[in-house]
Amino acid sequence: MQIPYILSIIVFLPIVAGAVMLFIPPKNRDLIHRFALAVGLIAFLLSLVVYFSFDASGPRYQFVEKYDWLPALGISYHVGVDGITAPLVLLTGVVIFTGVIISQRIDDRPREFFSFLFILASGVFGVFTSLDLFALFFFYEIAVFPMYLLIALWGWKQTREYAAMKLTLYLFIGSVIALVGALAMYFASGLNTFDMIALEGANFSPEFQNLWFPFVFFGFAVLGGIFPFHNWSPDGHVAAPTAVSMFHAGVLMKLGAFAALRVGIMLMPIGAQTHLPWIILLTLVNVVYGALIAMVQTDFKYMIGFSSVSHMGLVTMGFATLTPQGYLGAGVQMFSHGVMTALFFAVVGMVYDQAHTREIPKLGGLVKYMPFAAVAFIIGGLTSMGMPGFSGFIAEFPIFLGLWDSQPWIAIVAAIAIVVTAAYIMRAIGRVFFGELPPELEGHMHDIQPSEKLALGVLCAFMITIGIFPNVIVPIVQSGMQTVLALLGVG
Amino acid sequence: MFGSITAEMILAVLPEIALLVLVAIVFIADLILAEKQRGNLAWIAAVGLAIAFLLTLLFARPDAGGEQVWGGMLRHDWLAFIFKLLFLAAALLTTLLTVGWTSIWRKGEFYVLLLTSTLGMTLMAASADLIMLFLAIETTSIPLYIMAGFMTEDDKSAESGFKYLLFGAMTTAVMLYGFSLLYGFAGTTNLYEMAAALSVAQVPGPVLVGALLLILLGFGFKVALVPLHFWAPDVYEGAPTPVTAFLSTASKAAGFAVLARVMIAAFPSILADWQTIIAIAAALSMTLGNAVALTQHNIKRLLAYSSIAHAGYALLGVAAASELGVISVVYYFLVYAVTQMAAFTIVIIVWHKVGSDEIEDYAGLSRRSPLLGVAMMLAFLSLAGVPPLGGFIAKILVFAAAVQSGLVWLAVLGVLNAIVGLYYYLIVLKVVYLSEPKDTKPVPVMRSHAAALITTIALVLVLGIVLAPWYGWAAASAAALF
Repeated sequence: MQIPYILSIIVFLPIVAGAVMLFIPPKNRDLIHRFALAVGLIAFLLSLVVYFSFDASGPRYQFVEKYDWLPALGISYHVGVDGITAPLVLLTGVVIFTGVIISQRIDDRPREFFSFLFILASGVFGVFTSLDLFALFFFYEIAVFPMYLLIALWGWKQTREYAAMKLTLYLFIGSVIALVGALAMYFASGLNTFDMIALEGANFSPEFQNLWFPFVFFGFAVLGGIFPFHNWSPDGHVAAPTAVSMFHAGVLMKLGAFAALRVGIMLMPIGAQTHLPWIILLTLVNVVYGALIAMVQTDFKYMIGFSSVSHMGLVTMGFATLTPQGYLGAGVQMFSHGVMTALFFAVVGMVYDQAHTREIPKLGGLVKYMPFAAVAFIIGGLTSMGMPGFSGFIAEFPIFLGLWDSQPWIAIVAAIAIVVTAAYIMRAIGRVFFGELPPELEGHMHDIQPSEKLALGVLCAFMITIGIFPNVIVPIVQSGMQTVLALLGVG
Repeated sequence: MFGSITAEMILAVLPEIALLVLVAIVFIADLILAEKQRGNLAWIAAVGLAIAFLLTLLFARPDAGGEQVWGGMLRHDWLAFIFKLLFLAAALLTTLLTVGWTSIWRKGEFYVLLLTSTLGMTLMAASADLIMLFLAIETTSIPLYIMAGFMTEDDKSAESGFKYLLFGAMTTAVMLYGFSLLYGFAGTTNLYEMAAALSVAQVPGPVLVGALLLILLGFGFKVALVPLHFWAPDVYEGAPTPVTAFLSTASKAAGFAVLARVMIAAFPSILADWQTIIAIAAALSMTLGNAVALTQHNIKRLLAYSSIAHAGYALLGVAAASELGVISVVYYFLVYAVTQMAAFTIVIIVWHKVGSDEIEDYAGLSRRSPLLGVAMMLAFLSLAGVPPLGGFIAKILVFAAAVQSGLVWLAVLGVLNAIVGLYYYLIVLKVVYLSEPKDTKPVPVMRSHAAALITTIALVLVLGIVLAPWYGWAAASAAALF
């Protein structure tokens, strides 16, 4: 199916819808919710169209649109998707749709809630599709900012102000540091363009790359949750309302990893080769330490938050292996983890809404009351553990292959995380869904709404489909990563 | 002295002529109108300024290169043109804001002062001669001193006017001494002959830097740079809020127009020295302005300190001493002026309802008046430099100019400061969105205030999304200096 201007529609539909929403009278709650659902659904369908019309054997960038924006400085509105971003666009569509469904119970200022959520979605779509460095920053900051209000206004009362501010400051510090690096690249290239495809051929001197790569890479990787700048992430996830946690862990963290790849690694490949071999140690800390900390959490949501830190570590670790397998795995992991963690946070939200506690020891026996959610959580859990048959396997197996090829010792240490992950996931499933329902929860628990089942079903469908038919994603990601590998001169 | 007066010369001072006519009209209207009808004075001034704005926009557009007119007193170029439009627009918005402000509204003399000060600013932006420059600065400043102290029954306002006058007179005197030294070295008062004359006279660098420092004392005071900023918070807080809005936008922009022109035209021989001085002033202004803004509880003081920080960011563009640097300064002020005006419009709207400028009284503004809450969010986020608002582009441009000129340390300091700024703007937004309102009644908005707010917020968005035309204006201004 060919829809003209499809990427522009995807990018601007949410923000325009968000602005329009602000003029719906606040009393008209049904209309607000239905309008939000419709926008979420359209975004989801359009992202499906993009993904399934993407031709892995076709040109590198597809659905390209380019218009001058500020020609004097070589800034253009230039969008397109490649094999790396096509799955990410789809991921964003999935999470916005399921997130809106899960948010149907928001009753404090739903209009503003959905409006900010959609502004954020536009920013995310913009970052994934931008081929212009300036536009990438433009959308990146649009994506980061609404988080503050979404968490501070609708988040968990006890920590929301602290967590929202911490998250915003961390991410903005990261992005402005990266910005200085990007400006340095712009002037050093002498090309007078922000076009990233042109900048790939700028041949920055090795000294320049070695100096600036860490600024740009870490500036973005903060949002990817890289150690030691991961600290904002679990606090932010826990304080955020359910849909925002889904969006945040599911999509926003990918934004960081993706931008670190797109701007850091792809524009400064020599710098990447110098620095990534030691950065891999940091990602190792992410993976192992994140899993260990998740293990000792008694708060259900903190556990998932730290598990995200651990799993996102695998993405940057995949980059840092500098091997074809590593990059393939990282690309798939971005999608797989996004869907999986969105599902986790959705289920945690459903449990909390009814039980009003997230303490794992205070929960139990929920499988009898919400069997659908329990099964969905178990599917997510299996994905998280990297079980064959689920998307997690398709992602993690190549990462470990690549790791073994490049730095075997790190692979051995990182493998600890697999065991630990299995342990905390199994423990959570056992404690929360099986066993006896604690007496104080008697009468509070009931099944989830059909619409919520639909949301969880959609998320599970992606994990299983990719697990069984890896060919729906692997060739696409491979085609995208080929360019990265060519730039790096490996593979 | 001028030879014959040509059409070109008349068009060059078209805004000044329009303002002068308007001053006369307001004077006469003040005499004719009965006490009750004098509320219309604001409208007369507003319509007059709108006409002046349009006339300037349509007919006073200079050639690309720019040329000196009126015997080398003024320069008719894009830099002057853009800033004149900016001052006229700022004055127009200020008149809209005065409507309903008891001690100002219905006072003909206030509008006369406002228009006279605007006239001084338009001359400041175009001055090509030290003597003209001095006269223009005085024409701008003296009415401002009176306007700041206009609420004579209010102690803070009186204090504000007096403080502004004392510090202003002092620094102007020092600046004038600097001018006289400069004339002594160069033997000319024309800024554009200064550079050549100074190099012929072979004035030693350190001596020239000394004279420059004296001059910078005057300019730095006008734009409230650290360490010449101490007057700003008190004056901003005490002055009637419409005056504060005018002071912190138009007056600051006028100072920067002069700063950019004088530095680049007259002092190429000590470029490295003045770059360092300006860079240090920028670093101090950003850091101190933002740091102190963190502790403020009064919104006008917060905006005062934040405006000190903003002057610091804009100085990055001056310190870059490049074409992109001047472009960034011009763009910065286009954005900053409309954003700051939007912020002060909201401050005035809220003041009319709650009678206070304390930040805690903004609690729950978004619940009381959701659209006003959104407007405040957009204005403050633009100040913080968040896209898709104008502030983002403005900040990127000044940082880009700094990086291009090798001032990477300053750019890094700048972006870190932007984070501090973001923090305190978010704190205000948190109060607006999160705190429970003490009173849930909506905040009424007068029609003139609504007009000002809608215009400025729309401009904040337009400046942030549609970039090429305004960048083209800024580039034309910069080209006129190099």
